[in-house]
Amino acid sequence: MANWVFKGLRTGIKSSAYPAEHDEACGVSPGRPIGTSLKSPAAVEELVTRCPTQAIEHANGGIAIEYGRCVHCFRCKRGLDDAATWQQGFEWAAFEGESPPEKLARIFGRSLHVRFVDAGACGACMSEARQINNPYYNMHRLGIFTTPTPRNADVLLVAGPISDAMRLPLRKTYDAMPTPKRVVAIGTCAASGGIFSPSFAAAGGVADIIPVDVIVPGCPPPPLAILHGLLLVVEKKPASTLTSLPPRTEHA
Amino acid sequence: MATLDRLGDTVDTAHGIAERSRELWHGRVLATANDASRLCLLACGRDDLSGICQWLTRDLDFSFATLIVEELAQGEWSLVYVFYKGAASPSVHVTLHLGVGASSVPSLVGLVHGPSFDWHEREAEDLFGLRFEGHPRLGEFVLHEDWPEGINPMRRNFNGKERFGPRTREPEWDPQTVVAAVGAFTMPIGPVFSDFAESAHFLLETVGEDVIRTIPRFFYKYRGVEKIAEGQMADRALLLAERFSGIAAFAHGLAFCQAVETICGVSVPPRARALRTALAELERLRSHAAVITGICNSTALVVAASQAALIEESLIRLSCDITGHRYLFGAVALGGVSFDLGDEDCSRLTNRTAEVAERLRDLFHMLRYSSSFLDRLEEVGIVAESYARSYGLVGPIARASGVARDVRKLFPYAAYDSVEFSVSLEHEGDGYARLRVLFEEAAQSAAIIRRVLSLPPAGPVGVGHVPLRAGAALAAVEAPMGAAFHWLRLDGDGSVVRYHVTPPSFANWHGFHIAAENFAFQDFPIILASFGLSNAECDR
Repeated sequence: MANWVFKGLRTGIKSSAYPAEHDEACGVSPGRPIGTSLKSPAAVEELVTRCPTQAIEHANGGIAIEYGRCVHCFRCKRGLDDAATWQQGFEWAAFEGESPPEKLARIFGRSLHVRFVDAGACGACMSEARQINNPYYNMHRLGIFTTPTPRNADVLLVAGPISDAMRLPLRKTYDAMPTPKRVVAIGTCAASGGIFSPSFAAAGGVADIIPVDVIVPGCPPPPLAILHGLLLVVEKKPASTLTSLPPRTEHA
Repeated sequence: MATLDRLGDTVDTAHGIAERSRELWHGRVLATANDASRLCLLACGRDDLSGICQWLTRDLDFSFATLIVEELAQGEWSLVYVFYKGAASPSVHVTLHLGVGASSVPSLVGLVHGPSFDWHEREAEDLFGLRFEGHPRLGEFVLHEDWPEGINPMRRNFNGKERFGPRTREPEWDPQTVVAAVGAFTMPIGPVFSDFAESAHFLLETVGEDVIRTIPRFFYKYRGVEKIAEGQMADRALLLAERFSGIAAFAHGLAFCQAVETICGVSVPPRARALRTALAELERLRSHAAVITGICNSTALVVAASQAALIEESLIRLSCDITGHRYLFGAVALGGVSFDLGDEDCSRLTNRTAEVAERLRDLFHMLRYSSSFLDRLEEVGIVAESYARSYGLVGPIARASGVARDVRKLFPYAAYDSVEFSVSLEHEGDGYARLRVLFEEAAQSAAIIRRVLSLPPAGPVGVGHVPLRAGAALAAVEAPMGAAFHWLRLDGDGSVVRYHVTPPSFANWHGFHIAAENFAFQDFPIILASFGLSNAECDR
């Protein structure tokens, strides 16, 4: 067994510097489109019609992106002369609704216990949620842990559009958690139902079933975005927004 | 029927099978054969169905792939049973046509390979309302108890675009248990787990430490993908094909595109085929690394789990670096792939996957000399070859049980016909055999990437516009966890009329209970991890 110890020591520390510093390693995030002012109305129209999930809308003569619907299909990026601008980065988590909820950081203290419910996720959100426990992202260093029972949970992490059979287990898990509690919806499906909505078999996102506090959009949101969502809950990072508007130009 | 018992039938061409079936059923079977496309179509009446399927599976050693149910106009039905065998044999489609008013079909679960039909029939009963006469266990499968009887979501007259409900009942699952002993009880696990695990429910029948039997229950994640795809344009439905199982997105997206390309008579340019092969293998490599991580985790060998997780994450980052997306979403497109890779990208992909293969080899070397690790895997969760065959298991799980079945060899797609590789095969069928198959295949994947990208053909990476037209086609790919069959019917305007997916997890979850019998309770997570299956993929 000693060789495993040496193997571990030889590997060294791999953890990301985030949140102290920004992580710019290659491949930590697919990036996402942002609100863009385009050259011509025809180009705007092209992007609005191209977007298969209606995440792109007209705004100020350019396009606005509704992140609760964007599924990272790259159809507003590839094969176009005048494409949407993509931005790297991963601090995507935002509060659901107008005002941020009451502050809870002191109550949660330095440890945050997370309960995860898969409510019809495709496996990619699930895989990304699992990655926050890998040595690169290592949630434990930030005081974040998973818990085997909802009775000890502070945060409910939910992925998926909420398939019908998971409505009851989700509701029961939520009800079993003590207050105060927070619900973090990860992924576009959890935000809006994504491409599985409207449907007879799935809801249009977590908010149809239980109140949601934080949304981490993305298809799937990368591990650092999920960490950002959890850090938002303990107020260690500022929130992003769910809509990206094009920059205002003088003549617009 | 006495002639059916004749063994040693060696008909290996489409014409041979057609000819013999005409003889055996005295002309009651309508047989069409096409040796060029290796396809034999048999149409029969309901009285001959089980005889023909028995002949194919028992005497000719065919495996059952999928059951395609279609509701035709005016209340008629078409059921197509798809069979496949080796690389030299044709695939056989047995079609049963049901006239107006008929909705009952003879069940095939009583045949020698009956278990492989079991779940397909239960699914069709739930979703279409067809009755399978003689099936011992119908109902409450995809749709749980709270779904009202008599409403079948895949029927044409059911509107899939609107919320269905509200449900008046709560699901009450109360399966029949068999263990009767002093102190015997059942232990429920799931559907919500303590860690990051997918939703599924298992009832363990136990007398304390030893678990006698496992009763699994799935379809907690049923999202009606096949129903909501109906009416969508092909390029929109591709999003669904990629995203119903995100961890095998490229494989399923590729199968969907292949079905569309077959329907529309599009031939994919050679460079696109080479890139498809490389990306499919990158996905397999990542998926296998994830399953290996899961196995190390389940045995609580923390350093190994961390090492495997580092490898997995580096492959995810490589995917993002090469294709822009960490899980290869949006990489495959109708008629090709959606971007070209430069020479530098190709060599980076080759070099990085070669490095990963090296790291996996080191990890395997350390694991095979860790006796405490091997003790947890050896002779745990055994699936015997006979079961693997009768249940129609696919992918690495079947190959760990001695069934050398690989779609990349059986129906070569993309560039697999021009690249050399061997099919990994083990015979013990236990957790360790499955682990070895995963490691061997991961090494093969890196080698395939190197071969296919060493001198990739030049030219376009797509056909540009795909002229959509009406038609139907079946496409098969070897997804990371095994054979995936996508059957698609398009309308003249390019919208989906019917889409049916048979993912590998659907076949393999059915065999899970074989491995999960008579074991010590603490082995449950290990057996689960060594199967490495996805519920999202199975449930759709």
